[in-house]
Amino acid sequence: MTTDAPRRLRVLAAMSGGVDSAVAAARAAEAGHDVTGVHLALSENPKSFRTGARGCCTIEDSHDARRAADVIGIPFYVWDLAERFREDVVEDFFAEYEAGRTPNPCLRCNEKIKFAALLDKALALGFDAVCTGHYATIVERPDGGRELHRASDMAKDQSYVLGVLDDQQLAHAMFPLGDTLTTKAEIREEAARRGLFVAKKPDSHDICFIADGDTQGFLAKRLGRAEGDIVDESGTKVGTHEGAYGFTIGQRKGLRIGTPAPDGKPRYVLDISPVDNTVTVGPAESLDVTALTAVRPRWCGAAPTGPGTYTAQLRAHGGETEVTAEPADGGLLVTFTEPVRGVAPGQAIVLYDGTRVVGSATIATTDRARVRIP
Amino acid sequence: MVYLDHAATTPMLPEAVQAMTAQLTVTGNASSLHAAGRRARRTVEEARESLASALGARPSEVVLTAGGTEADNLAVKGLYWARRDADPARTRVLASPVEHHAVLDAVEWLAEHEGARVEWLPVDAYGRVHADALREAIARNPDDVALATVMWANNEIGTIMPVRELAAVAAEFDVPLHADAVQAFGQVEVDFAASGLAAMTVSAHKIGGPYGVGALLLRREYAPVPVLHGGGQERQVRSGTLDTPGIAAFAAAARHAVAHREEFARDIGALRDDLVKAVRAAAPDAVLGGDPDPAGRLPANAHFSFPGCEGDSLLLLLDAQGIACSTGSACTAGVAQPSHVLLATGTDADLARGTLRFSLGHTSTEADVAALAEAIGPVVERARSAGLS
Repeated sequence: MTTDAPRRLRVLAAMSGGVDSAVAAARAAEAGHDVTGVHLALSENPKSFRTGARGCCTIEDSHDARRAADVIGIPFYVWDLAERFREDVVEDFFAEYEAGRTPNPCLRCNEKIKFAALLDKALALGFDAVCTGHYATIVERPDGGRELHRASDMAKDQSYVLGVLDDQQLAHAMFPLGDTLTTKAEIREEAARRGLFVAKKPDSHDICFIADGDTQGFLAKRLGRAEGDIVDESGTKVGTHEGAYGFTIGQRKGLRIGTPAPDGKPRYVLDISPVDNTVTVGPAESLDVTALTAVRPRWCGAAPTGPGTYTAQLRAHGGETEVTAEPADGGLLVTFTEPVRGVAPGQAIVLYDGTRVVGSATIATTDRARVRIP
Repeated sequence: MVYLDHAATTPMLPEAVQAMTAQLTVTGNASSLHAAGRRARRTVEEARESLASALGARPSEVVLTAGGTEADNLAVKGLYWARRDADPARTRVLASPVEHHAVLDAVEWLAEHEGARVEWLPVDAYGRVHADALREAIARNPDDVALATVMWANNEIGTIMPVRELAAVAAEFDVPLHADAVQAFGQVEVDFAASGLAAMTVSAHKIGGPYGVGALLLRREYAPVPVLHGGGQERQVRSGTLDTPGIAAFAAAARHAVAHREEFARDIGALRDDLVKAVRAAAPDAVLGGDPDPAGRLPANAHFSFPGCEGDSLLLLLDAQGIACSTGSACTAGVAQPSHVLLATGTDADLARGTLRFSLGHTSTEADVAALAEAIGPVVERARSAGLS
């Protein structure tokens, strides 16, 4: 990738305050680029800067990022993208859950914030690229085009959440961590060696704007409680819920169904229907999906014109599965070679050709789920 | 580096460095009774006399603090508590809305925690409080006013307040008036006795002294309730071991500032005028903040709003070229907030986002202004293309 690029680039390094983005910025600077660090303030309520809760954009994270930038010896600023983040990520998160879908806000943030709002501003200010601590690899083709590939270390690969990037976004992206086979421990060692005290900072896992990790509580506060029925596949009521948005397809825990299934086996969420506020449950085998449609396809490179065979990833940290995908009605029609389970509309499907990201789209319907994207 | 942020802090003067370093290796607590203590006390008291003389005050009116913020807090909170203790009806605090956060936040804290009723005094388009406005506010009920506070000169847009007139109005009603003179000291004539103020804040590092030293000038009839309790130093108003090296250096800087004030105002004022011309030539739609009349603003201050630009972007682009300045407004966790000063002057909220404050000082040169003159045009153009995010 570009860390050994001959050209000295003006690089804007997005620094969350965590160890990965700090090492990424340090590597970019070490490679000879002219690097400026920027921390994104994404929380709109200034008070939440002071809660100190883990997540993102607490005052502590901002301070950690600033300290790392000082150690690396690069300028550092905090940019307030809270309004854009609320509009494009948080509101979208609510709307998707309300519609019975399961969004991936990290993907959305990469698409709309880091490689849109941030990148646009960076380019306008004269920067050439935005650098992040994502684990993914950019390969330059001989024709000058760029390909996004999985990280060398499959276990840490984050190409799934970057699958939404198009050619233009990719052309200005830099992922210094993606092309080296480094364990997290080695990244921490490298951080320590570089004098970055974030070396020992714990990883962040949950959704950054839900500081206490309680997604259901976060949704309930905004969307309110709306009691509805939990039914089995025959339509027989087997329980009640306090809001259909609180469920994800494939979910097993927290259903609180009083009556056991006739066969005594566990039941899973099969469908979520916001229209009649109904959640349908059933046995694991009913989760099987053999085909899906997806909308808003985004391609890294030229869009395919006909059907093709790919491997697909259906959720962050999910495995690969073989599919046939073809463009249809401006979207995508995907058929699975083997049935897969627990496919949730709202999540992204990312298509790969080997390690190369071909494109992505948002799952709209499955031949199992009743949820429809309008 | 082109340093155009002297209002944030200015390089220490050689005489201040000398005065400070001379004391750093001398042992002695100014409160101790032995010879070492007496020696330290002598240094402190000589410095106090120097400061008093530089500021038109009596030595007993100089309460030494660990900086401007502390002096502001002592004045605002301490006078509020003392006045309210003397008469529980006195809970009204009159303040200009363009104060530095050291005053603004102290006042708001009193409202949130101590039952103060805050009235923000009206300001004109230059951020100036007029004596009539203060009179009108006090006269509504002179008996319930705890204190009034109006800065001597504004730190963002440089507007000088009519301090004497304001103090005269306050005195008519026996209301103590405090002024934060941190930016004014060294740039305009600051004479505590002549001003008629009850209390006045100054800070060392804005005039070429060290960080962490300041003073509250306090008329002798006022005994604010202390913010810091302890050994009872400084008229029982401000406890804490006196910082002999810092205080000696503060006094050295103050002597220099007063001795060179007129020449500073003339020379730096002329340089500032050049800077304003250069910025206007390069960015014709730039809006000068504060009073356009040089007599009404600090000689070292220039403040602009650049339509369609984000102050952050302007600062980043200038910083990348080695030019240091400020957006002028305060940050919350590093995020620049729209300037409360500009909003108080009625400036459009979008315009208030695109501000830069250039502040000159004793090390400023024509080359600094020339460097800015060359850089500012393209920087504004580029920042404008990045727009308001």
